[in-house]
Amino acid sequence: MRNQLATESLFGLSHHGRRGARFPAADVPVKPLDEIIPKSALSTEPTGLPEVTESDVIRHFVNLSTLNMCVDTHFYPLGSCTMKYNPKRHERLASLPGIVDLHPYQDLSGLQGMLELLYETQEMLAEISGLPAVSLQPAAGAQGEFTALLTAKAYFEDRGEKRTKVLFPNSAHGTNPASAAIAGFECVQLASSKEGLVDLDDLKAHLDDQTAVFMVTNPNTLGLFEKDIKQIAQMVHDAGGLVYIDGANMNAILGFTRPGDFGGDMMHYNVHKTFTGPHGAGGPGSGPIAVREFLADFLPGPVIKRNSAENEFTLETPPKSIGRVRSFYGNIGILVRGYCYLRTLGAAGLKAVSENAVLNANYLKAILKDVLPVPNGDLCMHEFVASASKSKSENGITAMDIAKRLLDFGFHAPTVYFPLVVPEAIMIEPTETESKETLDAFAETIRNILQEDPEFLHLAPHSTKISRPDEVVAARNPILQCCEPQ
Amino acid sequence: MPYLFNTPDQQQEMLQAIGVDSLEDLFSTIPSELRLNRPLDIPPALTEMELQAHVSKLAEKNVGPGSRVCMLGGGAYDHFIPAAVDEIARRGEFYTAYTPYQAEASQGSLQTFFEFQSLICQLTGMDVSNASLYEGGTCVSEAAFMAMRVTNRHDRVVLLGSLHPEYRQVVETYLTHLNCEVVVVPCVNGTADPADVEAAMNDQTACLVIQHPNFFGTLEEAEQLTEIAHKYGALSVVSYDPISLGILKRPGDYGADIAIAEGQSLGTPLQFGGPYLGLFSCSQKFVRRMPGRLIGQTVDRNGNLCYVLNLQAREQHIRRDKATSNICSNQGLIAIRAAVYLALLGKQGIREVAELSCQKAHYAAEQLSQIEGIDLLFADRPYFKEFVVSCSEGSDYLLRKARQAGFDLGPELSRFEFQNGSAPDQTGVLVAITEQRTREEIDRLVTALKA
Repeated sequence: MRNQLATESLFGLSHHGRRGARFPAADVPVKPLDEIIPKSALSTEPTGLPEVTESDVIRHFVNLSTLNMCVDTHFYPLGSCTMKYNPKRHERLASLPGIVDLHPYQDLSGLQGMLELLYETQEMLAEISGLPAVSLQPAAGAQGEFTALLTAKAYFEDRGEKRTKVLFPNSAHGTNPASAAIAGFECVQLASSKEGLVDLDDLKAHLDDQTAVFMVTNPNTLGLFEKDIKQIAQMVHDAGGLVYIDGANMNAILGFTRPGDFGGDMMHYNVHKTFTGPHGAGGPGSGPIAVREFLADFLPGPVIKRNSAENEFTLETPPKSIGRVRSFYGNIGILVRGYCYLRTLGAAGLKAVSENAVLNANYLKAILKDVLPVPNGDLCMHEFVASASKSKSENGITAMDIAKRLLDFGFHAPTVYFPLVVPEAIMIEPTETESKETLDAFAETIRNILQEDPEFLHLAPHSTKISRPDEVVAARNPILQCCEPQ
Repeated sequence: MPYLFNTPDQQQEMLQAIGVDSLEDLFSTIPSELRLNRPLDIPPALTEMELQAHVSKLAEKNVGPGSRVCMLGGGAYDHFIPAAVDEIARRGEFYTAYTPYQAEASQGSLQTFFEFQSLICQLTGMDVSNASLYEGGTCVSEAAFMAMRVTNRHDRVVLLGSLHPEYRQVVETYLTHLNCEVVVVPCVNGTADPADVEAAMNDQTACLVIQHPNFFGTLEEAEQLTEIAHKYGALSVVSYDPISLGILKRPGDYGADIAIAEGQSLGTPLQFGGPYLGLFSCSQKFVRRMPGRLIGQTVDRNGNLCYVLNLQAREQHIRRDKATSNICSNQGLIAIRAAVYLALLGKQGIREVAELSCQKAHYAAEQLSQIEGIDLLFADRPYFKEFVVSCSEGSDYLLRKARQAGFDLGPELSRFEFQNGSAPDQTGVLVAITEQRTREEIDRLVTALKA
């Protein structure tokens, strides 16, 4: 049933003279171009863009889209990514006139509704985190990390301190060290304890007067709550450092506990995860940060302020701001969706999100544990990291084999081989927007897979449009566009 | 509760399977003294109907181009978006998918991003494009970082004073705390003087950042400036307007090493400044030094052509603190919009949009500058679709008068911090004209301002 013709390369579909979009003739007096633009600046030949009709374009991209798995069509238990349902009302509301067509430089008088929405978003994010000062600017979680680290750096400099190190556990997301490096810090990676938590002894051994920030994901990437977080924060604070909470896993703790209450000084949200952004095939994300009051003056500008006397909203740059981290104000379209989500759920709804996310994860873990043991933790939070070590040593079935074979049965693969601290890691995050029936079917499928011929599994998937791609060939001789480099 | 499945009975069943008594027990690993013992203090939940009414009310307090004429520019433009762009971007198969790490289940996104990369290469004349970065401003700092890696010069970059002031601020935020000197070449009469650029360059400079057309809408001597950069062993980084490449020489044609842009004009609505699209392309020889996601063509084990995330060893999830960037996402859905837009326009369409914008901008500039008290700044400099006018009564007066007649102009230059005397005139106001503006609108504005 696949339309192979339509999914040929766009450039292969091109025929000279075809048009996909037409524009009206100029209604102003037209001058020869080389009279208004110097000849030396004008191109001598047209770009090499393809020539196709509108229906070519539609058929091409619609057919391509059907080659994807997505949340709208499949269970997508990708650990660490929070692939929850993306409510359709968000798409409609984010596209309303008066929302989608606002220019970033239009006069504030015509933006009061938007600024009110964003101000309320700031307030809600402050309350959910227990950290009162919010910047909506960061474009994604990684930029949130970078922004908060620079905020910390500016704070220390303002106090006349020069602190050079950022510490993080070895289970951290790759963005933590990458952001710390770009923010000009020395990266210090710490060991994890046998339980998969922060190793307090190793932390103690590395804390000193050079420690600027300790970055920790809580719940951590193993899906475990760092039960000693209060003590950890105390140790970091005693050394004069700040605690950064990577908010990637906020879906587990909404309304139960708050980063500000368990010792965090700064955090980022992933609006595209926790508040169902959506993910957009890789972005755009949105990574607002929340920080303690004493860091507020250093946040990037502008932030949205309310002048309560006149009930007027304005844009202001904090007095000791680190500067801008991007143009304009943030990934507003994603923040609007996050706002709609928070307003739909309210306090009880958010708590129910975490309850059911944690329930679903623990249930799936419980019904899988005899075949896919989970090395760390008795109860998990919103996700768990199982290991395929047992099946690998017994009959050679790897985490990758299981992941790829799941695709054949209509399930998206879990995250595999992350975090690095678990061998043959299979990281499963079902989210709250899945039913028990789906979880049962998924577990049953994994059991069946583990009974299959390992040789057959090494070749999986068998029913997708393509089989496993050759990544070595791809990297050795990268082909990154359809046409010859010009 | 919206979006949830588990009924109370099912919850009990599940708790039993887990071996605990209550939902509360599942949270026992959170120490009780850390628990929030009150409901979150956020506004009450709304049904879909109530939410729609509420958000609509907020939207009505705003004023969008639906009811006004948008002549605002400064890096975000009101270009026409064909319906087919929205139609594709609204497909759940695209917008509810994740980053295409599982190639077998993501060929749709992967081929689309591969084609996006190809289209950007065709548009710019550059060899390779990544699958996008956040937006135009961070593209400049990522380009500067890349230039430092390539040239092994880590202490100095040179920017033209005509670079978007917010982009310059982003670069300053990213670079100055690393003790990298950010040198700004003055922009005295709407463009940089090549002699000033030459004076600012030295053999420790990693790159020269040129915006062309620049923030004031005027054209820089991009080709000559690129030669100057090369003379000092620095990379030439050109920030372009993607629409302008329908008529202007492409960065790849005059030897730019890295070409970057704000890609919002390619089919993405204004949406108050984001999400937008960072376009990033460069020469083949630097491909392994690039930031961001790259999609490559390969074959599967049966020899079928397919697409896959490529050269991931540059990225943070593999290389951690040694990665070429900390970026983890791309602007996937916005890149898809740009791919559809460029496919629809094709070589003829992009030329038409560029020509219409350029011709109409010139008509508008001519008409406006005939009004007493209004002058076209940098009148002797060529420009593309945007220009600066000054008003003898001040920029506030001009903006207000235009606003009263239903026209939004701007941004006013006084809004920004410029460096090295690059602010031409505090009474200056940018005016941007896209293909969507009509002669009737322009004439109506002129009449209103004359009154």
